[in-house]
Amino acid sequence: MTDTVIQTEKLTKIFGSFTAVDAITFDVKKGEIFGFLGANGAGKTTAMRMLCGLSVPSGGEATVAGFSVKNQAEQIKHSIGYMSQKFSLYEDLTVYENIRFFAGIYGIERKTIRARSSEMLQRLGLGDQRNTLVGSLPLGWKQKLAFSVAIFHSPRIVFLDEPTGGVDPVTRRQFWDLIYEASDNGITVFVTTHYMDEAEYCNRISMMVDGAIKALDTPANLKSQFQANDMDEVFYRLARRAKRKSY
Amino acid sequence: MKTLIFLLEKEFHQIFRNAIILRMIILMPVIQLIVLPLAADFEIKDIKLVVVDQDRSSYARDLINKITSSGYFKLVDCIISTEQGLEYIESDEADVVLEVPPRFERDLIRERQQEVYLYINAINGTKANVGGAYLSQVIHDFNGEIRAEWRPLPSQRSSPKIEIVSNNWFNPLLNYRVFMVPGILVLLVTMIGSFMTALNIVKEKEVGTIEQINVTPIKRHHFVLGKLIPFWVIGMFVFSIGLLIVARFLYGIVPVGNLLLLYGYLALYLVAILGVGLLVSTYSQTQQQSMSLVFFIMMIFILMSGLFSSLESMPPWAQVMARVNPVTYFIEVMRMVVMKGSEFKHISSHFLVMIGFALLSNFWAVFNYRKTN
Repeated sequence: MTDTVIQTEKLTKIFGSFTAVDAITFDVKKGEIFGFLGANGAGKTTAMRMLCGLSVPSGGEATVAGFSVKNQAEQIKHSIGYMSQKFSLYEDLTVYENIRFFAGIYGIERKTIRARSSEMLQRLGLGDQRNTLVGSLPLGWKQKLAFSVAIFHSPRIVFLDEPTGGVDPVTRRQFWDLIYEASDNGITVFVTTHYMDEAEYCNRISMMVDGAIKALDTPANLKSQFQANDMDEVFYRLARRAKRKSY
Repeated sequence: MKTLIFLLEKEFHQIFRNAIILRMIILMPVIQLIVLPLAADFEIKDIKLVVVDQDRSSYARDLINKITSSGYFKLVDCIISTEQGLEYIESDEADVVLEVPPRFERDLIRERQQEVYLYINAINGTKANVGGAYLSQVIHDFNGEIRAEWRPLPSQRSSPKIEIVSNNWFNPLLNYRVFMVPGILVLLVTMIGSFMTALNIVKEKEVGTIEQINVTPIKRHHFVLGKLIPFWVIGMFVFSIGLLIVARFLYGIVPVGNLLLLYGYLALYLVAILGVGLLVSTYSQTQQQSMSLVFFIMMIFILMSGLFSSLESMPPWAQVMARVNPVTYFIEVMRMVVMKGSEFKHISSHFLVMIGFALLSNFWAVFNYRKTN
């Protein structure tokens, strides 16, 4: 299919004798919000790092935006945005300096950066924080800023690794508004989370247990399949079967 | 190219926002250049001397006068018993004890020869060595004077004698600082260059920002250049403060040779030494690791560089080590150009070696830096 942006085929990552990701196969469509769920240590971050070209797979194959993760990792990097679990803007640079730096290394012109960043900051309500050091912003604002920086260069796919960890419910809600906005603009969103209410916001969800995908469907279908009232229950039913200790 | 400018812009913003680094850049060369050369002075003065004079004759008194008037010795006490003299050494109150035996004058006249004894406190090796040598020299002179005084036979007068007149080139007064300051300048840029580069990159690893960089299409050599250029500029700046301001106005050292040649070599040297910092950063995950690693390497580089001890007196294996050490070459170049005014043709082999070091450390580092793992 032409509008498939991520496709994996038995994608595997082995660290020594430990199989972190065990032959996962799935695909993600253009414009979709794809929830990637699993307990701590289920292998979500490892899988995501392989898709971003940060980690070389031990086996299987995957294409992201039409490029192979095995030998075209650098091409993939042009087409994706990434927001890691660790907050990863420079705390000792101002809001604007961060935007300019990350936009600049994706090859965006200075003039464009200037115009689009003021528009973006207005929208985020950070208009008068332009010259504030990022380190002194509250966490919720930092996360929103990090997301906006990750999609500033209009990537085809954005990968979010637990983007709302440690953030209050109101800010989380606002964060999801940003995600919907990006999705409306045609950006595919690949997101991991621990919050089951957030899982409900996704178009489709995969559940990872012990490195393998144990379920994959829309939230509604998953609930009926597991005869559960909400996503929490679905998660418990699946995660309880895990053999691996969470670490 | 554009990417590189964005990278440099970011690095300089971060460096200039860091108050500690800024202070280090300005204050370190000034303070180190003021303190170290003053302290690293191998000329020995005020050697504590105790004289055990068991003779109390006029010759003995002449000898003691001659020693104390040389200016190198400080007479702590003049006593009679040897045991008491040795106690002075044990309590570290004396560096040298000179014993003039009883009947020194009488035997000297009667038997034409006599012995004096030296006890040297060798806890401080250098001081003991130099003190002993000074004292022997003074006694030797004294010996000559006595001979001249007696000179019984005219034939002795015509006995052949070789006198050595030495002339110290390039540093006529044997001023220790002229010799040390250029070396300490090398040490300074070496430390700043290697530590700052290594720590800077590893900090990005620790904070996690390097992951964000690795997920962008940034080229490896762009990233590496973006890290090297700022510290290269800082290295040049620190060196200039040291050479053109502190060395000139505080020590009156004006390079005899061509400044351009010196800076050319510095430029190359900085690339090599920043490459070492870079290399360390690719092997370490935390700032603590990189700190220990750089410290270890730099300790060896500096101690084996001929800055504090002369290369020629090292054992052969150590000389080999000194020859695979970039610091050695820069110290040689510094001393040659600053003191002697050497020209390019004299140090062309040094240039070649340094190009080798620069290529080795940087290619190794770029090769070892992985965007993916």
